[in-house]
Amino acid sequence: MSYIIRRLLLLVPVLIGVSLLTFTVTRLAGDPWSAYLPNPERATPQQIEAIKEKYHLNDPVYVQYYYWFDGVLHGDLGYSHTARQPVTQAITTKFTATFELAVVAMFFAVLIGIFTGTKSAVKANSAFDQGSRLVSLIGVSIPVFWLGLMLLMLFYREWGLLPGPTGRYDVVKFSSSELHHYTYFLTVDTLLNGKFDFFWNVIKHLILPGVTLAFTSTAIIIRMMRSSMLEVLGAEYVKTARSKGLSEKVVINKHARRNALIPTTTVIGLSFGGLLGGAVLTETIFNWNGLGQWSGFAATSLDTAGIMGFTLVTAIIYVIANLIVDLVYAYLDPRVRLS
Amino acid sequence: MVGNEAQDKAPAPPGTTASGKSLGETVKLILAPRVRELRFSFHLMSRSVTSIAGLVLFMILVFVAAFPFLFANPVPGADPFVIPLNWEIPLPQPPGNDFMLGSGEYGQDIYYGIIWGARISMAFAIQVVGLSVIIGTVFGLVAGYKGGVIDEIMMRVTDVFLSIPGLILVMAIAAVLGRDLNSTKLALLAVWWSGYTRLVRGQVLSTRENTYIDAARASGSGELKIMFRHILPNSWAPVLVQGTMDMGSVVLVMAGLSYLGLGAPPGYAEWGVMVQEGQAFFVPGYWWMTVFPGIAILIFVLAFNLMGDGLRDVFDPKMRR
Repeated sequence: MSYIIRRLLLLVPVLIGVSLLTFTVTRLAGDPWSAYLPNPERATPQQIEAIKEKYHLNDPVYVQYYYWFDGVLHGDLGYSHTARQPVTQAITTKFTATFELAVVAMFFAVLIGIFTGTKSAVKANSAFDQGSRLVSLIGVSIPVFWLGLMLLMLFYREWGLLPGPTGRYDVVKFSSSELHHYTYFLTVDTLLNGKFDFFWNVIKHLILPGVTLAFTSTAIIIRMMRSSMLEVLGAEYVKTARSKGLSEKVVINKHARRNALIPTTTVIGLSFGGLLGGAVLTETIFNWNGLGQWSGFAATSLDTAGIMGFTLVTAIIYVIANLIVDLVYAYLDPRVRLS
Repeated sequence: MVGNEAQDKAPAPPGTTASGKSLGETVKLILAPRVRELRFSFHLMSRSVTSIAGLVLFMILVFVAAFPFLFANPVPGADPFVIPLNWEIPLPQPPGNDFMLGSGEYGQDIYYGIIWGARISMAFAIQVVGLSVIIGTVFGLVAGYKGGVIDEIMMRVTDVFLSIPGLILVMAIAAVLGRDLNSTKLALLAVWWSGYTRLVRGQVLSTRENTYIDAARASGSGELKIMFRHILPNSWAPVLVQGTMDMGSVVLVMAGLSYLGLGAPPGYAEWGVMVQEGQAFFVPGYWWMTVFPGIAILIFVLAFNLMGDGLRDVFDPKMRR
């Protein structure tokens, strides 16, 4: 319990530090007041003065930081001209699209990664092992955006099996306004609304971006799981378990894998950061209306408020994800809890 | 030795060290075990097909990056990193006699872009990884060795940088600094140093508990000398492995940024930008503009990942005896 409290307390300085870093980076780019106006080019001097008063932009930097931070805590992150809405609103509307994609990708990456890595280690040097090692090596070496383009070329252009880069569903045939939104996850909501052809369309649109996004993470997890499983299988306690007469299945699943999962959990947490970054590229290719695509536009158009917004949001998500990973790690390895 | 009073009392003859050995013998004593370990490392690397493949690919890449003009002639007087155009051929041409790997709009030679792109990627990666390693090692040494408040502060700062997903922070900084390769370099550097700081600090923490550090301190060695003569040489192996793999990762991030529009400008011989320019043409069927630069990136990163894997196995103490 005290471990959990300690970890939560550690969050505070890190989040403050992240806010400081984001604040510094975005203040480096142009006039601070333009981040709070919908049309900075057509701003009247009175409007600019009003903004400067409200956020104390004429005062020293540390005062500015205080008022900026105060604004953030009240949900005021400025106005994003790439999203044409306030940043906070942009984040809340685009969040579920990215979250759905990321959850699907992470889910399959972890499942396939752990399973394949374990089997690879148990059957070391077999054909399965050689194959999985080759695929995972390519997975960590391939550029995400190129993988997406190649998959599109094969499955959409050449074979016509899957839809093209048109977003989360076919907007000509379906509309999200015909759904009663329970969770804003299209997969769940379409099922709950009973619209099965819409659901199937959503699934088809999820496959290619999901595979693209998951590929590198899966490869990383396979490699880590395989190497830690190999190390564990050579350990003394595994020999003991076998000599006790336990079946190989029990030895692998109950003793070896649980211990091999420990370093793998850390890697899963770290690869989630890669997933958030990869989402930017994947969403850009597949025209996925989520945080990732918006981040790309905001960065290239120097949308200061947008840049600040997406940096803060992804940092918070990443920090929380790693907190969860650390808690799982503490659950798996009692030595961490008790130290 | 105990009881050997004759040796204790007689002074060493001129031209020898205090223990009575000649210069040549001393040099051999220092070098011999290191050379032996080096040869053993090569032997271990050569046992694995994948490591050899990585090494071969790496040497090819280095050669192409060092001497691109041997493979693709630059236009005299122009910036060699801008792919030369031929205004008489507006449509992209498929791979064939005129253009070995095809061309983009207005005769933009894909093969030229691949060759000179190797040089840009290699130079970029060496600079970013090299500087990050140096900065990270210094910070990590100081933080790990000094400990206490300095360590806490440095680790909190490092944690903050590590808490923002890499590509996101690089995007933010690169957007602010502007679209050119030097800004991208700075942006990547600002993010990459933190990984090495944490890595080196961890190594230092485990190395400094060893008894030989106490012995060095007891024999009067200064702090700086201990840091650089004892702790650093025993800590750099993971840094070398990580650095090798990071050469590939840096190029992946750089290509991604260029693809988004934040790195190299359009028309540049940089693989990411080439993919971005080719994307508009690939649905109509001009596939070579996107396929070949992507394969180039894949081969580059693959080479360094294979080498990194090989190096990791070489340095693994369980495999060395």
